[in-house]
Amino acid sequence: MGIYLPIAELSVNMFVLLAMGAAVGFLSGMFGVGGGFLITPLLIFYNIPPAVAVATGANQVIASSFSGALAHMRRGTLDFKLGTVLLVGGIFGSTIGVYIFALLREVGQLDLIISLMYVGFLGIVGGLMLVESVRALQKAKSGQTASLRKPGQHNWIHRLPFKMRFRASKLFVSVIPVLALGAVIGFLASIMGVGGGFIMVPALIYLLKVPTNVVIGTSLFQIIFVAAFTTIIHSSTNQTVDVVLAVLLMLGGVAGAQYGAKAGQRLRGEQLRALLALLVLAVALRLAFDLFVQPADLYSISLAGVA
Amino acid sequence: MMNRLAGLMFLAVLWSGLANAQPADPESIEVGLSTDRIAITADFSGADLTIFGALDNADPLLARQGRYDVIVVLQGPAAATVVRRKERVFGVWINRRSQTFQNVPISYSLATTRAIQDIADSESFSRLSLGINNIHLKSESGAIGASEFSEALRERKRDSGLYSERIGGVQFLSQSLFRATLSLPPTVPVGTHRARAFLFKNGVFLKETSAPLLILKSGLEDAIYQAAHSYSFFYGVGAVLIAMLIGWLGRIIFRRD
Repeated sequence: MGIYLPIAELSVNMFVLLAMGAAVGFLSGMFGVGGGFLITPLLIFYNIPPAVAVATGANQVIASSFSGALAHMRRGTLDFKLGTVLLVGGIFGSTIGVYIFALLREVGQLDLIISLMYVGFLGIVGGLMLVESVRALQKAKSGQTASLRKPGQHNWIHRLPFKMRFRASKLFVSVIPVLALGAVIGFLASIMGVGGGFIMVPALIYLLKVPTNVVIGTSLFQIIFVAAFTTIIHSSTNQTVDVVLAVLLMLGGVAGAQYGAKAGQRLRGEQLRALLALLVLAVALRLAFDLFVQPADLYSISLAGVA
Repeated sequence: MMNRLAGLMFLAVLWSGLANAQPADPESIEVGLSTDRIAITADFSGADLTIFGALDNADPLLARQGRYDVIVVLQGPAAATVVRRKERVFGVWINRRSQTFQNVPISYSLATTRAIQDIADSESFSRLSLGINNIHLKSESGAIGASEFSEALRERKRDSGLYSERIGGVQFLSQSLFRATLSLPPTVPVGTHRARAFLFKNGVFLKETSAPLLILKSGLEDAIYQAAHSYSFFYGVGAVLIAMLIGWLGRIIFRRD
């Protein structure tokens, strides 16, 4: 059934979007990620203008992370203080990102930057995760238990000034790396239409040594606000948030997430991480293909000044 | 759905009876829209638009011999359009050179009684800027004429369905009454369109007439679009609240812990 998207200004098949939302929801439930990094490229492959795909992707991320954060709040695995500091950095990064986004759109390089960032970040994160999970799988085979956190170990990050105590995370660390991490995530959120969970989670675990059980809840908490802020800024500066598109994706997404979470319980952690790594790498390769292979048509047209 | 939209749009037949016409009177072509607006609804996925029209003072003999030809065009609102060309830089294909054209019709849908080259010579068409290849494209730098960029613009518009030509899309129902069927693509722009009808006799251009037609988004779609542009901040806040509501409902309905 066709449905007309008022902001993207084109007609699309409603069931394709619901299925897309459900498929991404399934994966995000299974792997515990927001799914923004899958939704935005999928929308672009489906001919949604990249500017609309990014802004609407940010909108869709709110729904999945809000739903997830509620669950973590109940379990008490959410560090509000850490989340708030990350958020302050996030708002800052996101503001810069949206203005750069508008600038890139004007000079016609937005699609290129979005694709390059996706290929770069997804390639690196996917590659690292794959290496790590394959090692863990090998260890598990030889009977050792894999542990991500080695207590008592300190790195240069822990020698920075302006230290702050985060009780829920059992952490005493400088606010500088926390703010910086938040800003990077906010910047990515506004340019790529992602929540940034796929970067935030490893960064909190490996760089700041936050206990793994607090990481996902805290990351989701801050993502809600960064994505909400990004959505509002995109809406005010670029008018590219399509609520009809977002609602269709969310409806498919919230339903799919539940089945994904169930399916995920049957797999072991390192198996899940290996699968997610392969998925991330596949998306990166698909986008890289468009960048490096000569396009069928060298010319593209767009209206000057406006959308 | 296609039929419904076709029904929405109807050119009133302004047909002064042939019997009263003086043979010496020049032929003319008439348009008058019974509706001056079309609303795009939520289930719009492109449609055929049917337009009826009539000739005045048509010579019955020439009409029987099929010497009259009609071309109907629905031309969308104009906008400055940028054409960009991708080039390879360090192995990556990126947009390099570009050219901006002023007042390019966003959409252009044309229907004719027969093949364009059989109606009149190409010179007449370029004088009238009639046909996709004759749309007047003026670049920002002032240069007119065919360039790789203007050719690419026509090509891309044609591929996307925004520019279309239907040979045989205009049919005479009687000696003076005709019906034109035009294609509206799913991405048809909203705004003021212009329906233009051109009359040719024996390969010579006689008359042109036109009428405006407003294409707009219907109720909800329009409200959303207007809200996004006029109250963009509150629209953003609303989008966030809807997302939170759906996230919360999803948690309530599908709770697993």
